[in-house]
Amino acid sequence: MVKDQEFLKKKASYCLDLAKKLGATDSSVVVKNSVSETVNFRNKKLDEANRSDDLGISIITYVGKKKSSISSSNLLSDNLNILIEKCVETTKNTPEDEFNSLPDKDLLAREVKDLDLYDDSHIANDQKIDYLKKLEAAASNDKKIVNTESSFTQNKSNFVLANSKGFCDGYKTSSFTASSVTVAKDEKSMERDYEYSSKCFLKDLDDADELGNLAANQTIRKLSPKKIGSEKIAIIFDKRIAKGILSTFASAISSSAISRGTSFLKDKVNQKIFSDKINVFDKPDMLKGLGSRNFDSEGVKTDTLKLVDHGILKHYLIDTYNGKKLNLKSNGRCGGTSNLYFENGNICFKDLLKLNSKSLYIIETIGHGSNIVTGDYSVGATGFLVENGEFKYPINEITIAGNFKDMFQNITLANDLEFKYATNAPTMLIEGMVVAGK
Amino acid sequence: MSYMSNFFEKSDVSRKEAESIISDTLQKCDDGELYLENSKSESILLDDNKIKNSSYNSDLGFGFRAISDEVVAYSHSNEISKNSLKQSSENLKSTLKSVKGTYNHEIPKSNKKYYDNINPIEQKSLNEKIKILNDVNDYLRSKGDKVKQVTANFLGEQKSVEIIRSGGETLSDVRPLVRFNVSVMMEKDGRKETGVYGVGGRQSYESYLKDENWKSVCDEALRIASVNLESKPAPAGEMKVVLGPGWPAILIHEAVGHGLEGDFNRKKTSAFHNLMGQKVASEGVTIIDDGTIDNRRGSLTIDDEGTPTEKTVLIENGILKNFMQDRLNARLMKTRSTGSGRRENYRHIVLPRMRNTMMLSGKQTQEEMIKAVDKGIFAVSFGGGQVDITSGKFVFNCTEAYEIVNGKIGSPIKGATLIGDGPSILKEVSMVGNDMMMDPGIGTCGKAGQGVPVGVAQPSILIDKMTVGGTKL
Repeated sequence: MVKDQEFLKKKASYCLDLAKKLGATDSSVVVKNSVSETVNFRNKKLDEANRSDDLGISIITYVGKKKSSISSSNLLSDNLNILIEKCVETTKNTPEDEFNSLPDKDLLAREVKDLDLYDDSHIANDQKIDYLKKLEAAASNDKKIVNTESSFTQNKSNFVLANSKGFCDGYKTSSFTASSVTVAKDEKSMERDYEYSSKCFLKDLDDADELGNLAANQTIRKLSPKKIGSEKIAIIFDKRIAKGILSTFASAISSSAISRGTSFLKDKVNQKIFSDKINVFDKPDMLKGLGSRNFDSEGVKTDTLKLVDHGILKHYLIDTYNGKKLNLKSNGRCGGTSNLYFENGNICFKDLLKLNSKSLYIIETIGHGSNIVTGDYSVGATGFLVENGEFKYPINEITIAGNFKDMFQNITLANDLEFKYATNAPTMLIEGMVVAGK
Repeated sequence: MSYMSNFFEKSDVSRKEAESIISDTLQKCDDGELYLENSKSESILLDDNKIKNSSYNSDLGFGFRAISDEVVAYSHSNEISKNSLKQSSENLKSTLKSVKGTYNHEIPKSNKKYYDNINPIEQKSLNEKIKILNDVNDYLRSKGDKVKQVTANFLGEQKSVEIIRSGGETLSDVRPLVRFNVSVMMEKDGRKETGVYGVGGRQSYESYLKDENWKSVCDEALRIASVNLESKPAPAGEMKVVLGPGWPAILIHEAVGHGLEGDFNRKKTSAFHNLMGQKVASEGVTIIDDGTIDNRRGSLTIDDEGTPTEKTVLIENGILKNFMQDRLNARLMKTRSTGSGRRENYRHIVLPRMRNTMMLSGKQTQEEMIKAVDKGIFAVSFGGGQVDITSGKFVFNCTEAYEIVNGKIGSPIKGATLIGDGPSILKEVSMVGNDMMMDPGIGTCGKAGQGVPVGVAQPSILIDKMTVGGTKL
């Protein structure tokens, strides 16, 4: 059982009181408990069962404009006493920073809405096993599939965030996640792919057969890939890759990258950075949303932001510290975005494939090739050659490269947005990128 | 044993009681143990002219593992109590319903130690660390007004682990680890580029910083940023690539290292699983994975299952000789553990992992390699890499590279991704240099969501064909 609010609040207020007694002028604390149970299957047999129970605390103390933090998984009073004393002592010895402070009181969240983020139902390991049996049976139907590894996790979490300005709140969340990784083989090659479903509510989870079939089909279609030559070509990003480009955009507009001057989007507010039709939202109050929240990690209330309006950048993602530095108010984005998404485009998936007589459809990228200082992008990629709207053959061992400044201006979006992750994008076409191959 | 944790000191469960719960739970299992861990870590960060963060973490917990045939049951908690241990035991038993194995009590022993029992965090006061970070900032910013941003940080850790096996056999280790990193951003004519460098290993901070050695770390970061300010777009396509010595060995780590880990080969999902004893690299290429080098970041006295680490020969003169094994995969593949069983912490199960992965020196010089290239690139430093072990395709990102034209090093080129095929890339190695070098001690390897500290080393090498992911056609 995950610890209740009362237990967490008691621990939190103990820490705040002690920090004050030891000389902290302000402090904030997060107490979090997370209990998860995972069952893994491999080739239709039980492979691993894992239970984890994590209880952790993190405390920030301020002495005037000085700040320091500690965290621990040992919540025994003896240990907390030693740690908080150490934290306050360290704070006193850390140089001042004029921008250090708790959030302004009027920005703190006042009401906590029920966003339907917690499902009380419990799925026992035996039931997880039933689901995985069904999933793996579907996934290994085709003889080309030589290995299947599937997993089912139930997670229940509860947390409290409290600070010395009187904020004290938290709530429970749950997640149910099933995934399947399959390996397919033919004479020429061996390939791996996956499918995955994660939901706040158990009953919303994808059907086991469907998940297994998808994983297998997505793997088999990658077999016997070819390598193509180097050229300038239109690239279509599958939804699962397109969302990564949106995440890179989010890191480039984080107030920390902006205030440090290490983002290619610095000073671009109210300028056109995307093509005209592009709108980007960050919406924290979606019911059952995988990124939904009532307040950010400092307790600041979060409203929906239209980050990009018809191609024009409207907001940075601002926390208290960097906000004060940039002379802007926090918009409740300490800890990043919530449910971030591109609004749908107005062309269907099939038509997007036909926009160019030849394009490359990317389903996987590898490498850490996004540089938010310069905007340069270069990653390894796997995908398919698309000609006249038809998938021709799989391609791998190529790289795709460009610069986000140009790429953003050349985006066309399909109208197939779905909310599968916390950050989501429709299928995305970008023209003018370079493929390096043979 | 001044820093050894006594995990049962403040607990309601005595060591004897814990041992009997362990033996009772594991009696008919093939393997398993109780893993206890107590770690203390600190992070002090200077950024944007200020000390941005000083944080301290203390983590305590256990992971209880029971293995029957291929099935692993695992339960972890950060509460070391009778109740919690019993609950975990029940949990393991309910997963492994009908066990009928024989517990393997055999575990090799060694008295060798590869680092000292120290707590690096306490060896240097907070004020001293803050002073060095401020000195770093002042030093770099005094190097001209092109320097626009400086970030420097200290990361220090001491981790005590104890492994209690069925029957009460106990193995323990205390592991220090430090890292010092500098990142500098420069700007010229509106263009911004960064340079990053760092040092570290399993010793005191002082071993890496004495005699103002931090200045050479700063100089290196500054040099890389300056080079990148002058860089032009990288070429796109297949060409010859010369890799410099040291850190570029992350090519070895990605291209072949992961593919030689026992789990992927037992499951036959690695592109290498059917290549044992076969030629997988050019003659002259020898690759080892060594956990026994004194004070290195990837070294371990014992692994996280209690097996002493060793120097494992993976590829000898081009021939595939060994995989890296933990106990589970070794037993199922009917071989022995190579002391490669590692985990990020008590929250995670053990997996076979790399330690310090090294390609040994050959006979050629770097000059000979450069001269042998008409059109290609010379890659000196890398950011990071990734591999798909099933298809064998791997990438890594250059952070400092130059074009080679007609046997001469030309202009610096922008960061580009290089992509290749693991099982075939080492056959494309046509020269192995005589200048093997270790990396500076900053690598972290990620696998299945677990990060562990690792090292790499290699001499300069010439690869005849690799795809460079630039933008210039």
